[in-house]
Amino acid sequence: MAQTVFAPWLDADEKPLIQFKNVTKRFGDFVAIDNLTQDIYAKEFFALLGPSGCGKTTMMRMLGGFETPTEGQILIAGQDMKGVPPNKRAVNMMFQSYALFPHLSVFENIAFGLKREGKPKPEIEARVEEMLRLTRLTKFAKRKPHQISGGQRQRVALARSLAKAPKLLLLDEPLGALDKKLRQDTQFELMDIQEKTGTTFVIVTHDQEEAMTVASRVAVMDEGEIIQVATPADIYERPNSIYVADFIGDVNILHGHATRADDGYDIAYAEGKAPLHAKTSNDLGASAKCALAIRPEKVSITAKKPAKVTNAIKGKIIDIAYLGNLSTYHVEIEGGHMIKAQTANTTRLERRSFTWEDTVWLSWTDTAAIVLEG
Amino acid sequence: MRRFSWFNATSLTIGFLFLYLPMVILIIYSFNESKLVTVWAGFSTKWYGELFQNQAFLDAAWVTVKVAVLSSTIASVLGTMAAYVLVRGGRFRGRTLFSGMIYAPLVMPEVITGLSLLLLFIGIGLDRGVLTIVLAHTTFSMCYVSVVVSSRLVSFDRSLEEAALDLGCSPFEAFRLVTLPIIAPAVISGWLLAFTLSLDDLVIASFTAGPSSTTLPIKIFSAVRLGVSPEINALSTIMISIVTVGVISASLLSKRALVRQKREERAAEQTAD
Repeated sequence: MAQTVFAPWLDADEKPLIQFKNVTKRFGDFVAIDNLTQDIYAKEFFALLGPSGCGKTTMMRMLGGFETPTEGQILIAGQDMKGVPPNKRAVNMMFQSYALFPHLSVFENIAFGLKREGKPKPEIEARVEEMLRLTRLTKFAKRKPHQISGGQRQRVALARSLAKAPKLLLLDEPLGALDKKLRQDTQFELMDIQEKTGTTFVIVTHDQEEAMTVASRVAVMDEGEIIQVATPADIYERPNSIYVADFIGDVNILHGHATRADDGYDIAYAEGKAPLHAKTSNDLGASAKCALAIRPEKVSITAKKPAKVTNAIKGKIIDIAYLGNLSTYHVEIEGGHMIKAQTANTTRLERRSFTWEDTVWLSWTDTAAIVLEG
Repeated sequence: MRRFSWFNATSLTIGFLFLYLPMVILIIYSFNESKLVTVWAGFSTKWYGELFQNQAFLDAAWVTVKVAVLSSTIASVLGTMAAYVLVRGGRFRGRTLFSGMIYAPLVMPEVITGLSLLLLFIGIGLDRGVLTIVLAHTTFSMCYVSVVVSSRLVSFDRSLEEAALDLGCSPFEAFRLVTLPIIAPAVISGWLLAFTLSLDDLVIASFTAGPSSTTLPIKIFSAVRLGVSPEINALSTIMISIVTVGVISASLLSKRALVRQKREERAAEQTAD
């Protein structure tokens, strides 16, 4: 089946919907956004991911018009947004606290923005009904926000921000207040709605799983800068720095010294040990300090040294974290480093092959690890 | 239920006697048959009847109500505006000074407030009457309104206003359609506070009242100087009962609203899908 991959950022002819051009935002002496340039394309589901205080919310509030850049330009659909107040932007925002108007019913909340446009009443009603159906809220239309549950409130907030059919929808930690199970269901609902409406979504989150699930591209931020922008798979499989590798998912980092060897690098990580080998297209130069990043699920754990594997290290199991479907083994290798190896629990717990204090071999292929500048 | 120890019971009794004994005595004597205030001569409601025949008292009551309604309404508007700017206006130069200054009249002795207003009115040649009392009462009661309203605004979720702007409201529309309906209870209680303050006030009113604009407290005070009459007791009893009914019904209303909201929130969580 031929399916076109949605990747407008690879198309040189595509015009971006949002352009940040050398944007800097300062609050007093604090630099919230530091000389940031980034394009976001129409119909993208763009996630801003980072720890609190990294500037992701500031970026979003600048798009909404609640903050103005200290320096630089923000363009939406080619138009400079400087001096355009929030009520004059074709942008809507879903607030972290949902910000539902407590004195208005669910119906009136959703109709609020449409009424401001001065549309005729039947048209408003039809649009609100449509939004209620989309978010499965029809039977709650007459309730007040305090008469519905947290998940329903979240859907009202979404319906209200989508009612005006904005070009761009901003979502500020939209699922933060929901419990885990509801959050996962809602993530799929969000993706579904984004696809149905064809709206560009920019979502702010500190939950990496959420960003990975919903987004077409993820921007990992730290201290007012974007460290890497890529698809969720690329962010996970090909992080460009220790920060990104460490922020997204679990990772083992081995520091060492890299020397060029045929199609990649040999990494000496400890005195008197055979170097590890990793294939890479990254160029660190002929010889350099480096960090080797390996995901725990890419490390195999075996009782005997495997025969045909590039990288194998002997170690001792110190700890086992049993997660039900998975087990994570904390293995101390010679030299004192701790390496995490994760396996799927395909057999019953009683028949587990390894236990505490066992001597085991950890191994991985030459493409499993990523060589990063260290 | 825990039983009161004798110490708690005694302090409670003494405290409440201290608060309410004078009022209870006043109420009892308002039903006294005798014209002599201190001699009990049997139950009667005749002083209430005489009170409603007394045109001077009725006029004073009308002036008082007029002044209270007008001044508390103006004070609510001004006080809400001041509170909004001080809480929402962001950091401007001298903000701390301004927010301090708005509270200063709360601690200013009434005599001084009254005197300074009197000097002002004489200075600008404004004849003393209902208008000057209204202005004077607005001046001191707007501080109370702004205190009540700003404490509500501080806990007000700012993102509600941002959501209104985001959905296409101008800043004024956002205030009118979202902020004001939500802070309305605080504005109303500010209004009630201003209204009661204006009803009570004697000192500032006596500085700023003219000959044709005697308020009830002034009238009572000057009547008492000629001797306490049972009519005054009857009038005071009426005022006490109005205030009591008002306070009790206000607290009942707010308590019932709270209980209903709690119940509905619980129901909502249970029916969640």
